[in-house]
Amino acid sequence: MAAIPENSGSGDAGGLLGWIDARFPLSKLWREQVSEYYAPKNFNFWYYFGVLSLVVLVNQMVTGIFLTMNYKPSAAEAFASVEYIMRDVDWGWLIRYMHSTGASAFFIVVYLHMFRALLYGSARRPRELLWIFGCLIFVMLMAEAFMGYVLPWGNMSFWGAQVIVSLFGSIPVIGGSLVEWIRGDYVIADATLNRFFALHVAAVPIALIFLVIVHLMALHEVGSLNPDGIEIKQHKGADGHPLDGIPFHPYYTVKDLVGIVVFLLLFSGVIFFAPTLGGFFLETPNFEPANLLQTPPHISPVWYFTPYYAMLRAVPSFAGTQVWGVLVLGSAVVVLFFLPWLDHSPVKSIRYRGTVYKIALAIFSVAFVILGLCGMKPPSGVYPLLAKICTTLYFAFFLLMPWYTRLDRVKPVPQRVT
Amino acid sequence: MNEDVDHGRRRLLTAATVGTGAVGLGVAAVPFLASWQPSARAKALGAPVDVDASKLEEGQMLKVVWRGQPVFIVRRPKMVLELLGGHDEALADPNSNSSAQPAYIKSSGAARARHPEFWVGLAVCTHLGCSPLAAFEPNDASQLSGVDLGRSWPGGFYCPCHGSKYDISGRVYKAQPAPTNLTVPPYAITADAHIVIGVDDVATIA
Amino acid sequence: MCRRTIRLVACMSAGLAALALTAGVALAEEGESYLHAATNIRDTDSLQRGARAFMNYCSGCHSLKYLRYNRMAEDLKIPLAELSANLMFASDKPFDDIDSAMPADSQDWFGKRPPDLSLTARAKGVDYIYSFLKGFYVDKTRAWGVNNMVLPNASMPFVLQSLQGLQKPVFKNETVDGEAKVVLTGVEPLLAGSLKPEEYDQFVRDIANFLDYAAEPIKAKRLSLGIYVIGFLLVLWVLAYLLKKEYWKDVH
Repeated sequence: MAAIPENSGSGDAGGLLGWIDARFPLSKLWREQVSEYYAPKNFNFWYYFGVLSLVVLVNQMVTGIFLTMNYKPSAAEAFASVEYIMRDVDWGWLIRYMHSTGASAFFIVVYLHMFRALLYGSARRPRELLWIFGCLIFVMLMAEAFMGYVLPWGNMSFWGAQVIVSLFGSIPVIGGSLVEWIRGDYVIADATLNRFFALHVAAVPIALIFLVIVHLMALHEVGSLNPDGIEIKQHKGADGHPLDGIPFHPYYTVKDLVGIVVFLLLFSGVIFFAPTLGGFFLETPNFEPANLLQTPPHISPVWYFTPYYAMLRAVPSFAGTQVWGVLVLGSAVVVLFFLPWLDHSPVKSIRYRGTVYKIALAIFSVAFVILGLCGMKPPSGVYPLLAKICTTLYFAFFLLMPWYTRLDRVKPVPQRVT
Repeated sequence: MNEDVDHGRRRLLTAATVGTGAVGLGVAAVPFLASWQPSARAKALGAPVDVDASKLEEGQMLKVVWRGQPVFIVRRPKMVLELLGGHDEALADPNSNSSAQPAYIKSSGAARARHPEFWVGLAVCTHLGCSPLAAFEPNDASQLSGVDLGRSWPGGFYCPCHGSKYDISGRVYKAQPAPTNLTVPPYAITADAHIVIGVDDVATIA
Repeated sequence: MCRRTIRLVACMSAGLAALALTAGVALAEEGESYLHAATNIRDTDSLQRGARAFMNYCSGCHSLKYLRYNRMAEDLKIPLAELSANLMFASDKPFDDIDSAMPADSQDWFGKRPPDLSLTARAKGVDYIYSFLKGFYVDKTRAWGVNNMVLPNASMPFVLQSLQGLQKPVFKNETVDGEAKVVLTGVEPLLAGSLKPEEYDQFVRDIANFLDYAAEPIKAKRLSLGIYVIGFLLVLWVLAYLLKKEYWKDVH
């Protein structure tokens, strides 16, 4: 190994920074990932949600750690410990509301972030792996949210856990033992709560951090796409930088700051003026402790799971087993992973696609929202039929995509961004 | 690219925005740090303890718990009180300069009490935390079995773990394992001989 | 903003409005319709009256185990002396939780242990509490001679009878799903109590308001803090926006 000369490394920085740079690629990382990472100059509204996802992730982790300082993960003490945090711990109420609002905010932001990919073709080659990491983050997020919801040990926490965990019981042959293994007991009990706590606080956050890092690395390897769906690296200037690119810092640090402040305004509005948001962000049955003997009038998951819940219920029992609904639920998430290979359009961005895709995307979006509404209602009246129709539309969007994206009439794509 | 960059304006706006943002972050940090303060439950559990000392007889001692620690309440025999002040040369810190006690206790001199008849102090030896024993009989060297307190024992406390000796005001003798006098907590005495441990003043009980 | 953006925003707003309307209609079907309590969490006088009423009429059986006396005294601006004299059991300390006199085995007394009411206002709503306390009527088939419109076959005796008086049920013959049924549609006064109807309404409103406070003692404070937070963020927004505009002069 060569001797380390004084003040070598960056060549520009002296002093402390130079000392660090000779031993750790600090300035190099800053330049490559931030101040000289060239992003397209035409980012629009839909491009805020990546950084907002990061903001919410940090919020969840910091508030989560502080909640863990006072929360008691046992069936006997959990509910009371949450009230202890709300009342006896100085400012505990604020930390709790930041965490509960953050959970819902996370899904709003992530759903919109994913929707952007459907608009501009961000999942397409060469960003398939980026998209796959993102889907893995989404799956981890759902697991994290599900387990987090059980922790307050309210009545909906208990019964929601009961329903979702027993889904696995419908798997033939191994179902019963599997459910017992997940629960660690014969019903949702203290053992279940404790292990969900360990997973929610330690295991899944570690996985999430790792996945977010590789997600960003995959992005920076290929570079960001943009609303016109064209690759800016195809037109570089004399200096080697994309003609349509601008350094992330200062232009997007400064722009994202505006987006973050707007987000914080909405976030604070909810926290301080409507923390339960009419029962959507903090559900009313959960203000009663878990009661094995009393089921809430209707069990429905938190709003962000309702579309999938509606799909689960839409599938009837067949050949004596309910497992088909579980399979459909699973497939609804798994089909996302295949998006890069389902989209056969010659263009990436919706701006240059024909009417067929626009209609398909509109139908998909409306169907997803209607599924969400169906998932909130008891399965009676018009809702079961609506759920079946919308589930079909959801899958049709993906499964028919290879066909309708090929026959769609596309417009000429510009060489440079607009 | 814009040729006429107004660097002054940029610096000003950057400073203003970053400054305001920093203030916001600082203010946002306060709830998190403040949440580490003793909670209402901790304060409730650590609340002042009210002890009725009116029924205590001379030479009798009570031990109560305050904030998880044992506290002596002693009704000192008059004979022992009269002997106070006569053995200051044998004490390591007769004026309580290095021990922990409220200001009103320090200023009461040898008595180390709000009312000379009652002595209140933490039953925690300042050496390694054992609970000292009562040895209030003056001139009785063998009042504790197996221990020789010495001929001119004026009455006080004896710690059985390593032999530290204190006088009836909790002041440690010279050359003992214990470094300082016994700690005195804040307390107040009401007119009807109720000792409230944990407050300086009865009016502030909440 | 260019035309395309305006069109996009217009379409999205229309879509969102349509969805909101559907959602609103869909969700409005949920839930019973209770009488409107019209409480005001900032009305300290009402909260004080409610606290007193609760201690006198309710705390014999119902605890508020998540609320401490000293917290209530501080938030409701009740002096400590008043608290000890009028609102606490003699054996309680100010930092204790508000417990009831019910022993642990009181299950058998009423058929059901009187529930703790700390979170009832959040679990069921103030309107529920208000309607419940106004909804008792005579029913000879029940152990205590009363039943409740809001909670059919409630195990609770009507402790406020001396104040409201008694009500009697009003039944109507209706056809439900093709069958003729006798349905309870309302209540009517039977016997007057010591309070006039508007006075009783206010009495019960104060209790509902107090329980709303008990369910979330920090509510009034968080509403006022929120104003400052939003105000600060608005200032930061303006600064950040100006900063962004300044730097983006470089682009295009």
